[in-house]
Amino acid sequence: MGLLSKKDRKLILDPLADDNPITIQVLGICSALAITAQLKPSIVMAVSVIFVLGVGNVVISLMRNIIPSKIRIIVQLIVVATLVIIVDQVLKAFAYSLSKELSVFIGLIITNCIIMGRFEAFALGNGPWRSFLDGVGNALGYGVILIIVGFFRELLGSGTLFGFKVLGDSVEKTGLYAIGYENNGFMVLPPMALIVVGIIIWVQRSRNKALIEEH
Amino acid sequence: MEHLELFFKSIFVDNMVFAYFLGMCSYLAVSKKVSTAVGLGAAVIFVLTVTVPLNWLLDQYILQEGALSWLGAEYAEYDLSFLSFILFIATIATMVQLVEIIVEKFSPSLYNSLGIFLPLIAVNCAILGGSLFMQSREIEGFSLALNYGFSSGIGWFLAIVAIAAIREKIRYSNVPAPLRGLGITFIITGLMAIGFMSFGGMLTGGDEEAPASEVRAAQIELPSGELEKENTASIEVVEVSEITQE
Repeated sequence: MGLLSKKDRKLILDPLADDNPITIQVLGICSALAITAQLKPSIVMAVSVIFVLGVGNVVISLMRNIIPSKIRIIVQLIVVATLVIIVDQVLKAFAYSLSKELSVFIGLIITNCIIMGRFEAFALGNGPWRSFLDGVGNALGYGVILIIVGFFRELLGSGTLFGFKVLGDSVEKTGLYAIGYENNGFMVLPPMALIVVGIIIWVQRSRNKALIEEH
Repeated sequence: MEHLELFFKSIFVDNMVFAYFLGMCSYLAVSKKVSTAVGLGAAVIFVLTVTVPLNWLLDQYILQEGALSWLGAEYAEYDLSFLSFILFIATIATMVQLVEIIVEKFSPSLYNSLGIFLPLIAVNCAILGGSLFMQSREIEGFSLALNYGFSSGIGWFLAIVAIAAIREKIRYSNVPAPLRGLGITFIITGLMAIGFMSFGGMLTGGDEEAPASEVRAAQIELPSGELEKENTASIEVVEVSEITQE
């Protein structure tokens, strides 16, 4: 990354771990959890958010001096909604079944708090290039959690990854299933997403004591 | 009957928080005390009850394919549904602003208790989610949309008040340090969601033939390709109905 100065690199790398939008800033959980039963929708969601947040941050940053502060929320919402419509139409055109699977959750990127949070906290006060890096960094941090959750839920819940049967065939009893392994059907149910994220938070905070909360 | 069914279904079976994780941000951030949770919950009920029927009207008369036919035959072919995100969110933001102004004018005491939460609500996923689910489930009729908005608001209210009560209690327990705060809240919510799943049998248990419209709605809302999910859910339903029979 010779292209980026040390400060810029921090913008991208910080949100991946110690300032993660989901586990530390508690933003954007709404649309994150419902679609993580499988890996593929999780990745599509992550990519969509990277696009929306990266571009949105640049747009808001370019307009930051002309937006009247009283109506900035509406302006921000319109910018996000436009970008999300683009994502939604692209998905509908090129991956229709996937877009049906994600159903309303693509639309809910609009109200994903990460996006408004970054607009408010960063893009309104910084130049376009730094805002872009910040947007991509935060969206990556969001995507990482999504992909970790999706990975475990699909692997343990259905025994597959991207639909490939990595643990063998559960019907014909090959691979791991031959020795009596069973899928944990619970993992594909919505509540387990919360519990998996809870465990990620647990692991992260026991590795980095500085993040522990006082009740 | 249709109304009653939708009412209980939206509160318990399709609970915004426990089944779809909508409005989680404010759910986690504002659930430290029961009193503030009640305030935010009430504001959500209020805004959902107003915006869902309003967006239903927009969807019926402007956005849907053929919805513009009231303007004249030449407009009958337009399909503006790709605009629904932007129109819905604009309605919500405007309504929230309007509600804030009206409440401030006519009931300052309510404004003081509700006021700080109202701007938060414009970006609460539960509100936009309510409108988008209303659209994707093709809820028929204005009164049903009103009912849906109100009852999903109540579901959200119940969820946030319940978690706030639990969090007030858990302050006195000895939670492992890294789990304190956010971590344990996530896990508790997960456990509560498992509990709420048992309500899944409430509408199907005993009554074998579900109305066709409900089956169709159920198919839409279940992300396809999650057969296991459906299977386990139906197992759950069977278990619940066995319990009720006993």
